[in-house]
Order: sequence, then structure tokens, then C-alpha cells
Amino acid sequence: MFIDFIHYLGHLWEVFIESKGIFLDATVLTLRLTVLSIFIAIFIGLFFALLKTTGVKVLVWIANTYIFLVRGTPLIVQIFIFYYGLSYGPLQISGFWSAALGLAFHNGAYIAEIFRGAIQSIGKGQTEAGRSIGMTSWKTMKRIILPQALRRALPPLGNQFIIGLKDSSLAAFVGLAEIFNVSTTMGSADFDFMTYLLISAVYYLILVFLLTLLVSFTEKKLAVSD
Amino acid sequence: MGEVKKMIEARKLNKYFGDLHVLKDIDFSVDENNVVVLIGASGSGKSTLLRCLNFLEMKNSGDILIEDKSIDPKKSDLNKVRQKVGMVFQHFNLFPHKSVLENVIEGPTQVKGTSKRQAIKDAKELLDKVGLADKEDVYPEKLSGGQKQRVAIARSLAMRPDIMLFDEPTSALDPELVGEVLETMKALAKEGMTMVVVTHEMGFAREVSDWVLYMHEGKIVERGTPSDLFDNPQEKRTQAFLSSIL
Ligand SMILES: Nc1ncnc2c1ncn2[C@@H]1O[C@H](COP(=O)(O)OP(=O)(O)OP(=O)(O)O)[C@@H](O)[C@H]1O
Ligand SMILES: [Mg+2]
Repeated sequence: MFIDFIHYLGHLWEVFIESKGIFLDATVLTLRLTVLSIFIAIFIGLFFALLKTTGVKVLVWIANTYIFLVRGTPLIVQIFIFYYGLSYGPLQISGFWSAALGLAFHNGAYIAEIFRGAIQSIGKGQTEAGRSIGMTSWKTMKRIILPQALRRALPPLGNQFIIGLKDSSLAAFVGLAEIFNVSTTMGSADFDFMTYLLISAVYYLILVFLLTLLVSFTEKKLAVSD
Repeated sequence: MGEVKKMIEARKLNKYFGDLHVLKDIDFSVDENNVVVLIGASGSGKSTLLRCLNFLEMKNSGDILIEDKSIDPKKSDLNKVRQKVGMVFQHFNLFPHKSVLENVIEGPTQVKGTSKRQAIKDAKELLDKVGLADKEDVYPEKLSGGQKQRVAIARSLAMRPDIMLFDEPTSALDPELVGEVLETMKALAKEGMTMVVVTHEMGFAREVSDWVLYMHEGKIVERGTPSDLFDNPQEKRTQAFLSSIL
């Protein structure tokens, strides 16, 4: 039993080394997809969070509807809708971009809620202090509230980035050769599904680990400058 | 000398929060170089009155005049008005992500368009004046309450306001830190700053103020010089309030 296990680990290691090249390519794709979609999602999130904090009914309603649609439907459905909506039909956007936009659309809603919470957690006194020296409400938001809110948003944002990274695996279903897709394709070709799945898990673990380090590094950096 | 200039005036000012009638036909004015102290029980509307004067809170009816000009919130640029009317808060409200110096130059550079060099030069003078020249690179969290409030005063002064409003500037401070803030305010008054101060520091009111107003349930029920109002209050409600806080 134990011997079998050791044997299997040896096998796993061999396959890991053999498949290194193709998995590294897949990792690059996963990273491109994740970074791009999260980058776009941050702007979407900020935009809708600001809509919500305006207190203007129509704008709040628009933001709430967007968040409701995203939260109320499965991510895989959203990705397929973006894929078939954008890559077929007149637009002909590449599969990569439609997946990236689908993921951004999805993460944007959660990031909007994170930003909104962080903005509202900054005391009303800060806004009043800004206004009382004659700043406009937009300038107060930009220079006083947002810089403080972004710091507070960092831990939950980091969490959302990790979720975003793992969710990028769903792009496999629209044919992108990212980590999960490569593992299932290779696994069925070699009749060695489990081994490739475990390898993909290792890649995800390493990526998440690195992302966690990056987030906590940034947090510390910002804490020092306080 | 000639006529005295009214710096700020409220006429028949009314303010509601929902059904709650918080300010009831408030009438008062502050002459240039004068210090007016507002006293009154908790909930009597002192903060609301101050906040209406610089339009952080919008009145429901009545007039607010600044240097004899009626301010219509719909037509006037309130950001301009607020530049003239400085405000100091009970809880300081310093910008925690900015150093002391950055707090003070924020208004001049961002609102007035003063050059950064000039703003820094002015800010250093102001910090020197409030006794914090050595703290310019420190962040607010490293300051004592009294130091924070003095920075807040410097930040407000940096806009060169014509009038300063103080909402209980010392009531969040440990007793031993109250003095340094009051001294700073006294110095300001001596220089001729027009001030409206909500405070229960009777010593300060006696020494510095020209007028004391007593507010009760949204009305100014008595006004007088400090010695009149403290030593010889006419209204029963004023007497009761004064005996409750002394
Ligand atoms: N934003 C608000 N919404 C609703 N009610 C409010 C608001 N601000 C103040 N009030 C109410 O208005 C009344 C007057 O409040 P205000 O803060 O002006 O009193 P105050 O005289 O400054 O009291 P304190 O000495 O406790 O600071 C109180 O009953 C208060 O609960
Ligand atoms: Mg108050």
C-alpha cells in the first residue's frame, strides 16, 4: 500500500516534468486571462461602486441591477453568453477576449460591493472635512475618501483576485488552453486523468500562493506609508 | 471706524430632520472681529446651526448672509462660500492618509490653486503659529488629541477664511490637553478672527467672547455679554442650564 503510494508519487513527478512545457504555456494563458479580467473588473467595480454612493436613484438602480444579474446567474452561463454573444455574430471577438470580458463582468460585481463597503466604512467626518475646505464632492471622493477606502478594500480584494484566478478555469469550456483545459485534454489522451488533475491543482496552488504573497506584501507596503 | 461689518447672519432660519424641527426661526449675526459662543444642552441644535452656516446641512427656510450677501444654495457656488467659512470639528477629522503638512496644504493647492511651494511656505508658518512646526512630516495617528486639533485649526486657516466655526473643539480631548487648543483659539481671537464657537468652556467664553447665545430646543432663548449671561441670566431655562453645568 505505502509502496504503491511512493510509486505513484514517482510517476506523478515524472509526468509533471514531462508536461512542464505545455503546462507553462497554459499557466501563461491562465495568468493573462486572470490579470486582464481582474484589471478590467477593478474599473467596472469602481464605476458601479461610485454609482451606488451617488445616492441618485436611477444610478443606484443601474448598479443594483448589474449586481443582481451577476449574482443571480452561474458564472459558466455568463461566460457562455459572452462567448456566443461576442465571438459569433457581427463582433467576432476572439475567444480569449470574450472569456476575459465575461470574467471581468462577473468579478466586477463582487469588486463593486467590496469598494462600496470600503467607501462607506470611511467616516462621514472625512467628507465633511473635505467639503469644509471648499473641495467639490468629486475631489473629496478622489483625494480623501478613495485613497483610504482602497487600502481598506485590499484584503477582500485579494480574496476576490484568488477567486478570479481559480474561476478562470471555466474558460476551458469555451476552448481556451488554460491550465484546467490542458489537464483534462492530456488526462484523457493518456488515460491518466487523475495524475493530470493533480498536476493542475499544483499549478493553481502555486499561483494562489504567489498571489497571496503579493497581496500581503502590498498591504504591508501601504501600512508602512501610513 | 464707521459702521460695523456683519460677517455672517442668519434670518428666520428653520431646519427640519424629517418631522423633527431642529432650528426654529433662528436670528443672529456676528460682527467682524467678534467671537460668539453658543451654549445649550445636548440636542438643542448647536451643531446643526453651525453646519447650516457653512451649508454642510441645508436649511429648510430662512436666509443665511455672508458679508451681507444672501447665499442661495441653488445659485451660489457653495464651494466658494465654504472657503471663506472655516470649520473645526469635535473629532478633528484630519486626513489620516496624509502627513500634517499635506493636511494643511491640501486646501490651498487643491482648491485655491496655490503653488505647492507657496502652500508649503504658508503651511509652515501656520504650523509654527499653532506650535507644531516640528510635526510637519508626522501622520495624524502619531499626534495627541490636542495636537490633532491644532493641526485641524491650521488646515482650516490655510484657506484664509474670514470666519471660523468651531464645534466643541475641546470636548473630545483629555482635560490636560484642552488648554493648548484654547490658547491657540485665544490667539486667533486676538488677531481679530471672527469666530462662532460651540463650547462649554466657560473660562474661555468669559475671557474671549463678545457675546454668548444660549440655545434651547432649537431656539436662541437668551443672548448677552458673557458677564450678563453667566452672572445674571434672565431666563429660567438659562439659569437651569447654567446651574446644571457648573
Ligand atoms: N443628520 C441628522 N438626522 C436626523 N436627526 C439629526 C441629524 N443631526 C442631528 N439630528 C437631531 O437634531 C437635534 C439637534 O442635534 P445637534 O447635533 O444640532 O445638537 P447639539 O446641540 O449639537 O447637541 P450636542 O451637544 O449633543 O452636540 C437632535 O435631536 C439630533 O438628534
Ligand atoms: Mg453638537
